[in-house]
Amino acid sequence: MLYFSKLRIVLVFLVSLFFIFIASSNLQNSEDSFISKKINLGLDLQGGSYLLLEIDNGPVKTQKLQNTTTLIRNFFKNKKIKFNDLRIVDNKIIFIVAKNNQELVKEFFLDKESEINPYYNQYKSHQFDLSIEDDKFTLVLSKYGLIEIKTSSQDQAIEIVRRRVDEVGTNEPNILKRGNNRILVELPGLDDPMRIKSLLGKTANLTFRFVTQNNNDTFGTEMLSFEDGATEVMVSKRIILNGENLLDAQPQMNNQTNETVVSFTLDRVGAKRFGKATSAGIGKQLAIVLDGKIVSAPVIRDTIASGNGQISGNFTFQSATDLALLLRSGALPAPLSIIEERTVGPDLGKDSIKAGVIALMIGFLLVIFFMLIKYKIFGLIANVTLLVNLFFLIGILTLFEATLTLPGIAGIILTVGMAVDANVLIFERIKEECKKEKNNIIAFDSGYVKSKTAIIDANITTLIAAIILFFMGSGPIKGFSVTLGVGIFTTLFSVYFIARMFTGLYVVKNKEKDKLI
Amino acid sequence: MSLSLVVISILLLFFKGLNFGVDFKGGTLIELRADDKNINVTSLRQSFSKMNIGDFNVKKFGNENDYLIKIEKKDTSTNAIEVIKKKLRLSVGNSFNFRRVENVGPKVSAELLKSGIIAIALSLVAMLFYIWIRFEWQFSLGAILALFHDVIITLGLFSLLNLEINLSIVAAVLTIVGYSMNDTVVIYDRVRENLKKFSDIKIFELTNISINETLSRTIITSVTTLLALVSIYLFGGEILKGFSLAMIMGVIFGTYSSIYIANPVLVKLRVSQKTILKEDSE
Repeated sequence: MLYFSKLRIVLVFLVSLFFIFIASSNLQNSEDSFISKKINLGLDLQGGSYLLLEIDNGPVKTQKLQNTTTLIRNFFKNKKIKFNDLRIVDNKIIFIVAKNNQELVKEFFLDKESEINPYYNQYKSHQFDLSIEDDKFTLVLSKYGLIEIKTSSQDQAIEIVRRRVDEVGTNEPNILKRGNNRILVELPGLDDPMRIKSLLGKTANLTFRFVTQNNNDTFGTEMLSFEDGATEVMVSKRIILNGENLLDAQPQMNNQTNETVVSFTLDRVGAKRFGKATSAGIGKQLAIVLDGKIVSAPVIRDTIASGNGQISGNFTFQSATDLALLLRSGALPAPLSIIEERTVGPDLGKDSIKAGVIALMIGFLLVIFFMLIKYKIFGLIANVTLLVNLFFLIGILTLFEATLTLPGIAGIILTVGMAVDANVLIFERIKEECKKEKNNIIAFDSGYVKSKTAIIDANITTLIAAIILFFMGSGPIKGFSVTLGVGIFTTLFSVYFIARMFTGLYVVKNKEKDKLI
Repeated sequence: MSLSLVVISILLLFFKGLNFGVDFKGGTLIELRADDKNINVTSLRQSFSKMNIGDFNVKKFGNENDYLIKIEKKDTSTNAIEVIKKKLRLSVGNSFNFRRVENVGPKVSAELLKSGIIAIALSLVAMLFYIWIRFEWQFSLGAILALFHDVIITLGLFSLLNLEINLSIVAAVLTIVGYSMNDTVVIYDRVRENLKKFSDIKIFELTNISINETLSRTIITSVTTLLALVSIYLFGGEILKGFSLAMIMGVIFGTYSSIYIANPVLVKLRVSQKTILKEDSE
């Protein structure tokens, strides 16, 4: 019935007031206002950089295979099991074991307590799948072994990425996992991501190794070039120290040479090892290798036991600062590549907000005028409802601190256009009912009742589209689906509580009038 | 007429194809604002052609001194953008800035395209299902044919006008799906109601009555939605132009198809009171 209790009227009024209040809190700049919640602006509106990084797990896999091969070799030697031809071919570890030992060896790999082939309880699978053909054993990383490698390198990488981004000191960065081999970095307010990109693009794998002349080094040797790419020297594969032993690194001016250097401090283990190596290797050249390139290769003049040292190598102050930062934050487990980048300058963001707000206001006014002309007093009711609806929508987005994007603003404007639909459906229905029914109150009541299914069906279809967009869309588009989806609920609420109340009050007052609508 | 439009659209999509943007094709997009009157499309074109970066496209973008540069080559090396900026400084001077840079690698663009297609397909299936549950299969078939009609003609127009397809167009297409469905459902709801009321009227007349009864609502809602969309198109800035244009086309075709496709299908399928009563007795 079109009767509303005083309590209900007051409640609806209070709820509306509450949302108007919350929505307006976005206009205040002060942090200490009563409600400190605000709509977050998406990167496309406030400006900033969106980077999607992909972890190249190839090197990690290779490393895993090499480590396991070493493990197997040592294990067999300890157990005195004869084996042959242990090597890595096409990402597989193969070896040959005589028939009489096969059952025993199989047991080593398939035991749940296996030391060389860890068993993952949560996946019910080993790290490697074993297959045997005659006397040839083949180990391949299992599906879950691969997942394990990916997730662990992702976990490590995200930590390092976070440290590097934090060191640069950008404003509230957002760093998230995506899938099992990607990392999303959102940097609000950053309009030139060049420095971050170059910092994230480096693995920063630092090693100290001796330069050698003979290639009979027990650990093997490799030819490495200097950073300028011109000269190459032979370097031992034996690693004296690596980045993990670093406690701190800072850029510094060397007073004697007037050169920018990176000074570093080693942890206890590192200092001990460094001391030993430098005392044994006086007169030798020590190569400082970063990501496979030699930064510099100074000659050791003295034992360095303090655990402090310097890296020199044609640095500018900026490059020394960056190198120190990379060394402090640690090496990435695997190389990262940037597979998607979207950067919006702050002035474009401001322009977009301005354009969005203007479009919203004009769209709103157009709809309001149209409704007023078409429905007169009921148009006014629909318009008040629409305005309150707008406050509801903005208020809810504020309460949930949702992220507003440019397509999100478009979603709000679109909601304005479509929100009147429910009222139009009802009004048109009431018109029809009035033709048949003399009693205004009954006509209005049945108008509301009979239009209900159509309104619900019509809104659910839009809601389905919004939900699918929410799950399939990315970034800005997600913002659109949120406003569109929330808009449906606020529309239904405002139509059934606010518009219905106003029409009810009006109709009860004018129940004798002919041609009400 | 609808059929011929759909056929033309399919032919266009097949032979001319769609103009995919960076989102779906990969590559680099740069929005550049120049503060110098000497920087124009010609001078930019010259400087970019000297950079040896493969196919590219320079055009004005809304404002007098805003330009949009699209580079097809997928170069996601860390300093690709920086190199372009440096080279551009050398040839046209310092008075410009990059307002927006989008760089999408081949892997990501392929994934975005895939998820866009899945999203549209999924929404069609979801609508089909919903109508099936709420009405009868005849209705669901009619509604889905109307949806196909709207989506294909909108895409066909994008192909004809050579407009760019990017992520926001996918969002627009999905919203069109929702909107067109919305229109169709309101009329169907009335058809169902009338089917229950009158047993002696032929389905052709019955759909006609239902369409007429809901016509003013259909038109008013389309008008208010179009008012909002036109306002986005005119005042919402360059970035939303494609989105709002797609939506405008979609709303027009969506309204048309609800009347001229969704309902004739019911007539063709000889929907009668029995169809509805069967539903009720089940």
